[in-house]
Amino acid sequence: MPNTPESDMIDVREGVVEPPEAFLSVRDLHVHFPTGDGLVKSVDGLSFDVHRGKVLGIVGESGSGKSVTSQAIMGLHKGSRARVSGEIWLEGRELNGYSEEQMRSLRGQEMAMIFQDPLSSLHPFYTVGKQISEAYRVHNDVSKRAARRRAVEVLGMVGIPSPDRRYDDYPHQFSGGMRQRAMIAMALVNNPTLLIADEPTTALDVTVQAQILELLKNLQREFDSAIILITHDLGVVAETCDDVVVMYGGQCVEKGAVTDIFYRPDMPYTWGLLGSMPRLDRTRQARLQPIAGTPPSLINVPSGCVFNPRCRFKDRVEGDLCVTEHPDLIEQSPGHSARCHIDPATRRTIWTEEIAPSL
Amino acid sequence: MIQYIVRRILGSILVVFAVSLVTFLIFQLAPKLSKTSPAYYYIGKNPQPSQVKAIEHRFGFDLPWYEQYWHYIKGIFAGQSLSNGDSTIHCAAPCLGYSFRYNSSVSSLIVHALPVSLSLAVGAAILWLVGGVLVGTLSGLKPGSWIDRIGMTGALGAVSLPIFFTGPILLLVFEYKLKWLPDVSYASLTSDPVQWFKCFILPWIALSFLFAALYARLTRANMLETMGEDYIRTARAKGLPRRTVVVKHGLRAALTPIATIFGIDVGTLIGTTVITETVFNLHGLGGLLIQAIQTQDLPIIMGVTLIASIALVAANLVVDIFYGFIDPRVSYA
Repeated sequence: MPNTPESDMIDVREGVVEPPEAFLSVRDLHVHFPTGDGLVKSVDGLSFDVHRGKVLGIVGESGSGKSVTSQAIMGLHKGSRARVSGEIWLEGRELNGYSEEQMRSLRGQEMAMIFQDPLSSLHPFYTVGKQISEAYRVHNDVSKRAARRRAVEVLGMVGIPSPDRRYDDYPHQFSGGMRQRAMIAMALVNNPTLLIADEPTTALDVTVQAQILELLKNLQREFDSAIILITHDLGVVAETCDDVVVMYGGQCVEKGAVTDIFYRPDMPYTWGLLGSMPRLDRTRQARLQPIAGTPPSLINVPSGCVFNPRCRFKDRVEGDLCVTEHPDLIEQSPGHSARCHIDPATRRTIWTEEIAPSL
Repeated sequence: MIQYIVRRILGSILVVFAVSLVTFLIFQLAPKLSKTSPAYYYIGKNPQPSQVKAIEHRFGFDLPWYEQYWHYIKGIFAGQSLSNGDSTIHCAAPCLGYSFRYNSSVSSLIVHALPVSLSLAVGAAILWLVGGVLVGTLSGLKPGSWIDRIGMTGALGAVSLPIFFTGPILLLVFEYKLKWLPDVSYASLTSDPVQWFKCFILPWIALSFLFAALYARLTRANMLETMGEDYIRTARAKGLPRRTVVVKHGLRAALTPIATIFGIDVGTLIGTTVITETVFNLHGLGGLLIQAIQTQDLPIIMGVTLIASIALVAANLVVDIFYGFIDPRVSYA
């Protein structure tokens, strides 16, 4: 497969590996799962950077490789059958080469993760408080009482009322929003510098969603940490993120600042995502425009552009380039790149004349 | 919680009563259907009608069934005297009846047999629980590995081998060939623990073999499922060491359902270890029951059935209460 421009920047083959400047830098990440049906290419050549104090949103449909990416960063694929290749740099350290034991000391300490379904992600047989102080004690040599004090402190910080009492409650005694707060408290207990939130608000109702997002933003301001927010909710992205990576079929199809993605999207799939987002400032007669077709098979990835079977604009490209050649991720303007064969000028015209007015 | 336990105990007593009534009625009904008096079980062939009458009167077979049941229940709590005019046999409480074949009260027969059955069941249970869970956990952690293959092949073998096959083989090897356990005879745990252990070790192994295999498979399946749960991923994401993830988070959850089955299995086993008892020449409840059935010794059959049902009901009760401690989601409302 062709190299993306990013993977050319760092040439591993010649051994001149220089740590990137960014706080977290993912370079040409591949996560493949061998299965009975064939090799599932969940993530295929993904690269992005995250800086401290910034929020990176990763958006895409279910099965586009968002969660797999986040678990690769956390090193949670180690010990499984997944094949992870590429580089993951965190503050000058390359993590993909780390052993499980090396990763273990980073997990929960420097990098923490908030999972999407808090009920199933919390252990049903231990109290919420115990689970949080366990996360604290594994990285800090402190007494049980000190750990309890810290756990109560973070529970209070994430807005659990009377945290000292709720410490001894079991997850099933918490409401959905409280459980997600408890998950966040667990992730924050060691003041991690990298926080990965995997659809933290998907299981919650809208009012609680807003509170949780506000909470994350406040905590980030306080600790100047980097956040990766994985979601399929573009509303959440617009609300919280600084930069956005749009994923499709395990690849990054477009990335840029949040304003680029919302006001100057440059790739038919992103147009489709925007078109399928419900908006209140529109009359009800204007129908949502879903993207036709289904997400691609990750075993038999479509040849050429991954999005070509569902792309409405294939006819804007000369010949059958979309089906035969895999497009590179090309930077159009500083920090904004897209993976598409359509001529950049044509794309801008399509966006301003055909897509934007109908949104 | 206390209220729940009290309610459950009362319920359990009711169940035991129902069992006693049903067994009683079955043995009341059986002679009526075959149109023979139960007195015939007690006397020889071709008895005089007067003898039959006398026996019927002595055991109260001429009374209506509810009165007989009342006497039976009263006997359990207050004892019973069985008189035929010349001699009186006193059967002290708890009197479950009197066996004329053994010339002994049923309760004393059971008192002798119960420790054997308990030793057998509980000892084997500990063995199979430890062995089965260990093999199952190791297999479940690495499905497809050589540990898993050996463990599960062994389990399949153990499930397929009946006790009347493994028992004699164990005896042949350890008692007759290697002579590690020569002339073991039964001794109670309190009188001679070493002898007791020697006497039971082979039966335990034979009996636990089958159950260990079942528990290994069950643990493996539960472990596989648990290790795929989201909370295991959370535990790993916290940076917990693998041992903590497996034991504290994985095994803890995987074993909880096994606790239920374990209690019921032990409870059931107390009255049903007939084959093991026979193979190893132990005199437990199972053997007592089988002999009683063969000789149609009604009081023993009823007595053992009652005791076995009490064991099962008690095991269930213990499991249900215990479950409340190990699974906080269970509420006793």
